Amino acid sequence: MRDFIAFVRSSLGAVVHGSSAYYRWLAFLGVWMLLGCAAATYQFANGLGVSSLTDQVPWGVYIANFSFLVGLAAASVLVVIPAYVYRDAALYDISILGELLAVAAMVMSLLFIVVDLGHPELFWHLLPMLGILNFPQSMLAWDVVVINGYLFINAYVVSYLLFSKYCGRVPNKRWYFPVLLLGVVWAVGIHTIPAFLYASLGGRPFWHSAVLAPRFLASAFVSGPSLLIIALSVVRDQMHFPVREEALHRLRQIVGVAAVFNLFLTVSEIFVEIYPGTSHSASMRYILVGLHGHNLLVPYIWTGIALSVFAAVVFLARPLYSRPKLLLVACASAVIGVWIEKGMGLVIPGFIPTSLGEIVEYSPSFIEFCVSAGIWAIGAFLYTLMLKVAVPIELGTLRLPGAPHERIGLDPVRGAA
Amino acid sequence: MSEDHQNDDEREAVVEGVGKAQASRRRFLQVLGAATATAATSQADAAPWEEYFQQHYKRLTDEDKRAIFARLEAEVQDKYGVTVRINDPKPIDGVEFAYALNLQACVGCRRCEYACAQENNTSRSPEMHYIRVLQMDKGSLDVERSNTTYEGAVPTPEHYYQPVQCHQCRDAPCVRACPVNATWAEPDGIVVVDYNWCIGCRYCEAACPYFARRFNYEEPTVRPSEINPDQGYLSNRLRPRGVMEKCTYCLHRTRKGLMPACLEACPTGSRKFGNLLDPNSEVRQVIETKRVYILHEDAGTNPRFYYYFG
Repeated sequence: MRDFIAFVRSSLGAVVHGSSAYYRWLAFLGVWMLLGCAAATYQFANGLGVSSLTDQVPWGVYIANFSFLVGLAAASVLVVIPAYVYRDAALYDISILGELLAVAAMVMSLLFIVVDLGHPELFWHLLPMLGILNFPQSMLAWDVVVINGYLFINAYVVSYLLFSKYCGRVPNKRWYFPVLLLGVVWAVGIHTIPAFLYASLGGRPFWHSAVLAPRFLASAFVSGPSLLIIALSVVRDQMHFPVREEALHRLRQIVGVAAVFNLFLTVSEIFVEIYPGTSHSASMRYILVGLHGHNLLVPYIWTGIALSVFAAVVFLARPLYSRPKLLLVACASAVIGVWIEKGMGLVIPGFIPTSLGEIVEYSPSFIEFCVSAGIWAIGAFLYTLMLKVAVPIELGTLRLPGAPHERIGLDPVRGAA
Repeated sequence: MSEDHQNDDEREAVVEGVGKAQASRRRFLQVLGAATATAATSQADAAPWEEYFQQHYKRLTDEDKRAIFARLEAEVQDKYGVTVRINDPKPIDGVEFAYALNLQACVGCRRCEYACAQENNTSRSPEMHYIRVLQMDKGSLDVERSNTTYEGAVPTPEHYYQPVQCHQCRDAPCVRACPVNATWAEPDGIVVVDYNWCIGCRYCEAACPYFARRFNYEEPTVRPSEINPDQGYLSNRLRPRGVMEKCTYCLHRTRKGLMPACLEACPTGSRKFGNLLDPNSEVRQVIETKRVYILHEDAGTNPRFYYYFG
């Protein structure tokens, strides 16, 4: 217990001491967080009327970000599986950074759900016993379970691993490995359930597609590892964390395959919708070419598609991806491309036209923009602080006084002993 | 009693801006309710916490309900100076409500839409309507080709009209979608919302294939003089901001043997309402003898709302 208090104190110490660049970065995020909090308070006081949402388009940028962020958590499972199941040493080194990204992503997606509610203060209605959780009927109830569960699983595993290393002990496999494996299985749910949330609505042809869950999975396998590549580069350059080239290479291979597969699924979806020309293709026509003169999102979605295609080309062509800067640009493009496609590009057209044929367009209001930016800043802030603690522990420079100062647990097999 | 209100409302609609009879009746009701109101104001002080921890409708005892209704009535008295009565008529055994609408007779006048707003105390600003009247192209049943914002004289020779409201589905996707069971189907088939239990996630609205649900993005407003004081807890009582609402086939009327307000307002007799389980009911006769069409039948929600021809 005393060790744990020391762990918390050291963590706090690590968080408050940093370079001037670190402080500037936190201050930058802090400004956005304050702006976001102010906007969220304003929205809470005045109601969702301050958003651009309507009865025709009841979900907007909040749910769009939520859909994207559940995918981002894939960064975790895609390093955990190779690291722990296939014992890939390069990815094992960075697995904690992937899991922390999942933690940050889960916190953000929960926040995006909360700000989307008309009565966030009544969240207790969701708690079993106290309230009523409509489980297993409601897909949203499933979502509440899988997201909180995944947050808990990842938070527990990284906390345990980091605490053990901080104390200079080899992590005891019995204490974390079953939970870690549960996390791998759970990860399927974390990507599939949000897709089912949409796909299960028979009255929304744009979402009512069997390929939606595979698309969620494929795009998650693009955005998660892409963002992780960017994070690893920053950690390597700024915090002197030895990220092996193999790790980046492995991640780049994963996103390369996933990016192509994601584009393939997208093309399949577009083809099936457009070629037969049924009335169910109206939403797809709206997003790709506009419908009856309404085309607000057309440039937006094509930007997303262009970014995704560009990223896929770079990920697959050696002369391109071997240039580190270009690889980073491609990763950023891939993340933004998926954010467009799995965010507003997925959510908004589902409502256009409505089931009665009305066309009402949507773009976020200023308040929605500020709240969203604020939540992203909170996520980035949280991830930065967690890295600030995790990296020195992994490097062996942050240790319990008296504990051995070498790096621990390169080989997961030895961790079982 | 509620029939009287209905007549009053109609008179007000006809002689716009006068409504003296109604005003004096309201004053009378206010005096009547003054004693209850003062008693209830002290209750209103404790209201925020009571309201916050209020349980789901189905978990409330009769005593709980009495206290809640009194609290809500006092709140309306405080805020609008209007005395309302909140009641909670129960579903009747052996009754399953259904609606039938004659597509050949409807002229698209939208009187049902406005009568509904008046009866159900839906917000006037922002303006909310449970009923959407679609102006349809002749030669097509495709609602995606319809127009809901038509203006001018109706009917036109090129169009027919299709009013759409909640279909009270037997397999309601909205009920399944709700993460907290704030919306459910009553034994008589009416899908209701507990306005104090809804957390405002709008998943039900996304799930509905009939665009039948409405969300209070802003504080709903109804002028005090236009408030219908005969209110059902699960239907037309004044709603708070941030919750979902919808058509309830006017359950506060229909469970007492009256017809829904939309039906009474219809000048063409296009609307038929009644008990599906009664072989002699008009709605049952329509379904058995006419050519019936179900909107979005492919959505598989088995509505209790039928369109028919002839």
